[in-house]
Amino acid sequence: MNDPISVSMVCMLAGKITLESGAETHRVEDTMNRIASAFGLEDAQSYATPTGINFSSGPAESTNFIRISNRSTDLHKIANVNDISRKITAGEVDLPGALKLLKEVDRAKLTFPGWMQIISAAFVSGSFAFMFGGTWLNYLPAFFIGGLGFAALIGCDRFINTRFISEFLASILIGLLAFISIYCGWGSDLNKIIIGAVMPLVPGLHITNAVRDLMAGHLIAGLSKGVEAFLTAFAIGAGVAVVIGII
Amino acid sequence: MIIIIVTQLITSFIAAAGFGIIFNAPRQSLIQCGLIGMLGWILYYWLVEQGMNVVPATVLAAMLVGALSQICAKLYKTPIIIFIVSGIIPLVPGGSAYDAMRHFVVNDYYTAVQLSTKVMLLSGGIAIGLMFSEVVNQLIIKLIRR
Repeated sequence: MNDPISVSMVCMLAGKITLESGAETHRVEDTMNRIASAFGLEDAQSYATPTGINFSSGPAESTNFIRISNRSTDLHKIANVNDISRKITAGEVDLPGALKLLKEVDRAKLTFPGWMQIISAAFVSGSFAFMFGGTWLNYLPAFFIGGLGFAALIGCDRFINTRFISEFLASILIGLLAFISIYCGWGSDLNKIIIGAVMPLVPGLHITNAVRDLMAGHLIAGLSKGVEAFLTAFAIGAGVAVVIGII
Repeated sequence: MIIIIVTQLITSFIAAAGFGIIFNAPRQSLIQCGLIGMLGWILYYWLVEQGMNVVPATVLAAMLVGALSQICAKLYKTPIIIFIVSGIIPLVPGGSAYDAMRHFVVNDYYTAVQLSTKVMLLSGGIAIGLMFSEVVNQLIIKLIRR
C-alpha cells in the first residue's frame, strides 16, 4: 500500500512541472488525478489555477498547496511528464521511481539553447513579415530586428523580474530599429517589419489558451490567462507606441 | 499565383517550426509541427483569397489544425498541445492584437475597439475550431468502441 503523503508529493511535482511549462489547467488536473488513482488514491481531489495548485488525497483529508511563481513555455517537459504518467498508469514505474524521474525532468535544462531560440525567432519574424503581406524587401530587416528583439527579451529577463518590463523594453528596441532601418532606406513597410518582429513576443498562445480554458468551464484560469495576455499585448503596444510618439 | 502559394508554404512551415523551437517542443516533433502549421495556414490563405471572411476562414483552418493534431497525438503518443500550439500560431491574431494596442496607446479608440473586437472574434473562432475537432474525435472514438 502506498503512503498517501508520498503519492501527494509525486502528484504535486507532476502538476508543478506541467503548470510551469504552460499546460492547460484541465490537463494538469487530469494528470494529477490519473497518477493518484494509479497509486491507489481513488478519491483524490485536485484544483489548479495558473498561480497555484491544491491537492488532497481525499475529500476529508488535509489539503496540500503549492505556489507557481514563474511560468514559461517548455513543451518538452509537458511531453516528458505525460510519458511518465503513462508509464505510471501502465504500472511500469513504482512510487520512488516516479519521484526520481519527475525530479530529473524538473531539473532538466531547456532543449534548445538561447542562441538557437534567437535564430529561430529571427526566422519566424522574417517569415511573418512576408506572410502578412510584406514583400521580400522586408524579409531581411524583420529577420534581424526580430532576432535582436528576442535576444533583448531573453537578456532583460535575466536582470528584471517583471516580465512585462522586459517585453516593454524589447518592443522599444524593435520600434527604434525598425524606424532606423526605414530611415536608412532598408525595407519598405514600417508596419509589416514591426508586426513581423514582434510576432515572437506576442501572447498568441495565451489568448487562445484563455478562450479554451473559459469555454472548458475553468473560469478563474481563463480570466487570469486573459489578463496576462492583455498585459503582454499592452506592454508590446506601449513600447512601440513610445517610439512612434517620440519620433 | 503558384509562386506565391509556394513561398507562403515555405514561410509558414518555417514560422510554425520556429515557434516549436521557441516553445522548446521535443526535437522529433518539430517537422510535424511545421507541417501542421503550414497546412492550416495555407487553407486559411486560400479561403481568404477566394473571398471568404477572415473569421469563418480561421474557424475552418483551426478545425483542420485540430484534426491533424489529434491524428499526430495518437500516432506519436505525445500530448496534443505540442502540435496545436505550433500549428495554430500562424492563425493567432497576434498582429491584430498588437495593432489594437498601438491604436489604444495613440488615443485612436475608434479603430482600437474595432480591432479588439476582431481579435476577440478571431481567437473565439480558433477556440471553436479546435473544440469542434475535439468533439468529432470523441464521437469517432465512441462509435468505434460500440
